[in-house]
Amino acid sequence: MGIFSKLQEKIKSAIPRSVIRDLSEVLKPDQIVLDQAGLQAFETDALTAIQVLPFVVVMPESTEDVAAVARISHKYDVPMVPRGAGTSLAGGAIPLSNAIVVCVSRMNKILDIDLMNRSAKVQAGVTNLAISAAVDRDGFFYAPDPSSQLSCTIAGNIAMNSGGAHCLKYGVTTHNILGVKLVTAEGKILEFGGPFFDPAGYDFLSLIVGSEGGLGIVTEATVMLRTKPEGARPLLLGFETHEQAGDCVAAIIGKGYLPVAIEFMDKPAIKACEEHARAGYPLDVEALLIIEFEGSDEEIDASFQQILRIASGFNPVHKRIAGTAEEAEAIWLGRKSAFGAIGRISEYLCMDGVIPLSKLSHVLSKIAEICNSYKFQVSNIFHAGDGNLHPLILYDANRTGEFQRVEKCGAEILELCVMAGGCITGEHGVGLEKRDLMTLQFSEADLINQMRVKLLFDPNWVLNPDKVFPLELAETFRRDESASSDGESA
Amino acid sequence: MKTEFTKRQLRNPDTQLANDILRRCVHCGLCTATCSSYVVLGDERDSPRGRIYMIKEMLETGAAPDQSLTTHMDRCLTCLSCMTTCPSGVDYMHLSDLARKEIETRGHRPFKQRFIRRLLSETLPYPKRLSLSLTLGTLARPFRSLIAKMGFKEIVAMLELLPKRAKRAAEFTGGGIARPRGPQLKRVLLMTGCAQKVIRPAINDASIRLMARQGIEVVISKNAGCCGAMDQHMGREKEAVDHAMRNFKAWQALEEEDPIDGIIMNASGCGTSVKDYDHLLSKQKGIAEEVKKFTDKVFDISEFLINYDLRTTEQWTDLKIAVHMPCSMMHGQRLTHQPFELLQNAGFTVMALDEPHICCGSAGTYNILQPEIATSLGTRKAEHIKRVKPDIVATGNLGCLTQMSHHSDTPVVHFVELLDWAYGGPCPEGVEHLQHRVDRLKTTENGN
Repeated sequence: MGIFSKLQEKIKSAIPRSVIRDLSEVLKPDQIVLDQAGLQAFETDALTAIQVLPFVVVMPESTEDVAAVARISHKYDVPMVPRGAGTSLAGGAIPLSNAIVVCVSRMNKILDIDLMNRSAKVQAGVTNLAISAAVDRDGFFYAPDPSSQLSCTIAGNIAMNSGGAHCLKYGVTTHNILGVKLVTAEGKILEFGGPFFDPAGYDFLSLIVGSEGGLGIVTEATVMLRTKPEGARPLLLGFETHEQAGDCVAAIIGKGYLPVAIEFMDKPAIKACEEHARAGYPLDVEALLIIEFEGSDEEIDASFQQILRIASGFNPVHKRIAGTAEEAEAIWLGRKSAFGAIGRISEYLCMDGVIPLSKLSHVLSKIAEICNSYKFQVSNIFHAGDGNLHPLILYDANRTGEFQRVEKCGAEILELCVMAGGCITGEHGVGLEKRDLMTLQFSEADLINQMRVKLLFDPNWVLNPDKVFPLELAETFRRDESASSDGESA
Repeated sequence: MKTEFTKRQLRNPDTQLANDILRRCVHCGLCTATCSSYVVLGDERDSPRGRIYMIKEMLETGAAPDQSLTTHMDRCLTCLSCMTTCPSGVDYMHLSDLARKEIETRGHRPFKQRFIRRLLSETLPYPKRLSLSLTLGTLARPFRSLIAKMGFKEIVAMLELLPKRAKRAAEFTGGGIARPRGPQLKRVLLMTGCAQKVIRPAINDASIRLMARQGIEVVISKNAGCCGAMDQHMGREKEAVDHAMRNFKAWQALEEEDPIDGIIMNASGCGTSVKDYDHLLSKQKGIAEEVKKFTDKVFDISEFLINYDLRTTEQWTDLKIAVHMPCSMMHGQRLTHQPFELLQNAGFTVMALDEPHICCGSAGTYNILQPEIATSLGTRKAEHIKRVKPDIVATGNLGCLTQMSHHSDTPVVHFVELLDWAYGGPCPEGVEHLQHRVDRLKTTENGN
């Protein structure tokens, strides 16, 4: 190695060393991960096909810790990748090799519960389900319920504007967040919204929710609590074809009924989920709908009768109403574990497209065609009521080149969703996985405007920088922007 | 999850097993939320998913386990809560066994750690040595702060946890047969454990009386002993196999005398291990079938008794019992309702605790080797007990019993002691002050 390249190496490694020295001045040793084996544990999230080893991971315990880390990131112009529980299916928490991973998993305290005003203030690393658990005895809950709600953090939910089975009735994360505290790229602490319904001025809160950690690192949230319904029970409807099930969903919504949830599972998913949850799903049907209603027993039964009347037009071959709370629990455990349960069969790439309900059965048969052409098996599990599809394309991760093929297959499916009048992400976010597909959805002008917003919050482009926007477009945009601002200042 | 093993690596059966386990994991992260160490530490490296990933890297590269992996594996309680949660059925238990074996055989531990681990492995499973060390321990107790200054926090933890030697001596000792008074319905072998015999022999006494009263002949083999779980969890596979083989031979001998209908476990931690003997002994040639025949009839005592009509209880009581399900029952053996039902049928008011899936911190030798985390978990469990205000806590494993007695003010007993009491046996040690809350309906053993 020549002297020059040695020097270059030295300069390159000097920055991380100073960063680490500064970090260890503001954090305790057990809040900083530096060991090789430990860093590897953070190199991916639930999109395991992609791994990038970070050079350091920090585990802040307070907003002040995050702010201190952000100031160091700002000082050395080192990017930050925020991470909650690392359950992103879109690679939202996958590190960059030159980034500080800011993992908020230790910020897991519930700070305040205000039942009178139906709100709770929590640290961002609290898990989704922990909020509901904390107010369960008082008859309240937090509504958005991503299937990973057991482990995913509210920080990640806010970043991705997560949805869930019961969002058909209650709305997604953005409709259930009242306020956030966040740390900016420079390390300033800002607050948007608060424990009230309609804050004055621009609705910055809605901008923050869904910004994928690109505008700031959320450290605290005030969430809306809702009163638990008197009761809730699911109805299972099995069909002989996907199309019949799809048409049935469209008819239910079209006739003006709004169950709390309408979920769809196909045969492979039913089998895998049954193995885990023992919920008594019918194993001989091609498609299964889980339709849940809330209210008193009488209300629920009346709604079920109406749904059964509509469904009778689509030849359901299996009908079962959950009789007890335990049955209902098992039915939901199965559905919510579906992505994990498919692991019993194979590795997969999970897609997250949205389509208008009227196109549901058409799109389902098209998806089967696309996957067939690649010779991939597909399993469909999704929130049917709001047209949020999750085709899981099954593939063998140990076969070389398969991931590239499966990505192409996935891209075709998402293109199909856009063509059908839908979009490329319902609730998982864009992350790393779909950044290059953003051009399917948006024109270049649209994307440039979105990047201008990011630049206002993050002038040095250090917050989760490689996510959301197509890489090349983002680079061109930043070059142009800095050229024009240089021009202005000259 | 993708794995990168060479064909040559996969020729090693351990690596092949690890590969099969790893391929099932989709890295979804659900396990993190119910992991007893992650809920306390909030660090991916101290979660099942983090450990699985680190084990994968270690096995793939073939490198010796480093300090970091050792630390984070040591912090795992092996509560197996992750396995109950895991939707794709990742066999964390056997993967962690493999990792621990790697650490033990190829890793480096400082002398102090090796000394303590050896000490535990050479004392706890042997009743005579344990008995002697309890006496020595009592003598050493006043010198705790001195020992702490010498850096032996594990020894201090051990001394802190030191159970006050049971006041009541064992009624049944050594091998033998307890014959029912009435007609004999079944013949079972009771595994009386190792540490349990010394620390709380009343558990075995109660189990024997309880079963004999039901017409079950209870056999105790003097050749059976420690199940090997402790050594296995420390990565000492050879020692674990030795223990298992000795027990297997003892069973064989008994079976030859007169067939047994069940091997009954009243320490669920041991139960989880013994039920897995077919895996542990899978490398021993020519015995696979016979081992399987035995492991198929290993039952936790609650699992066995639930199929019996225990008849009418002999008491009327308003005592409230909180049931703490040991992780080895809930997760290791997937038993969920048996102790609740048995206690309820025996006339007690039964209560559940919050966060039942989280470990109390006992976890075999964990509260000795990892005192800080064990204390956090113990305190957490004690808070849950406090909230429901029970009169007594019932559990199914000696380790949990010791740990919770240390952290909670509420008396803790084994559920068989309560059942035995309800069906005519003596009042369990530690709850004598509650005896006035029980009205005896009949006075004679065997009632009707």
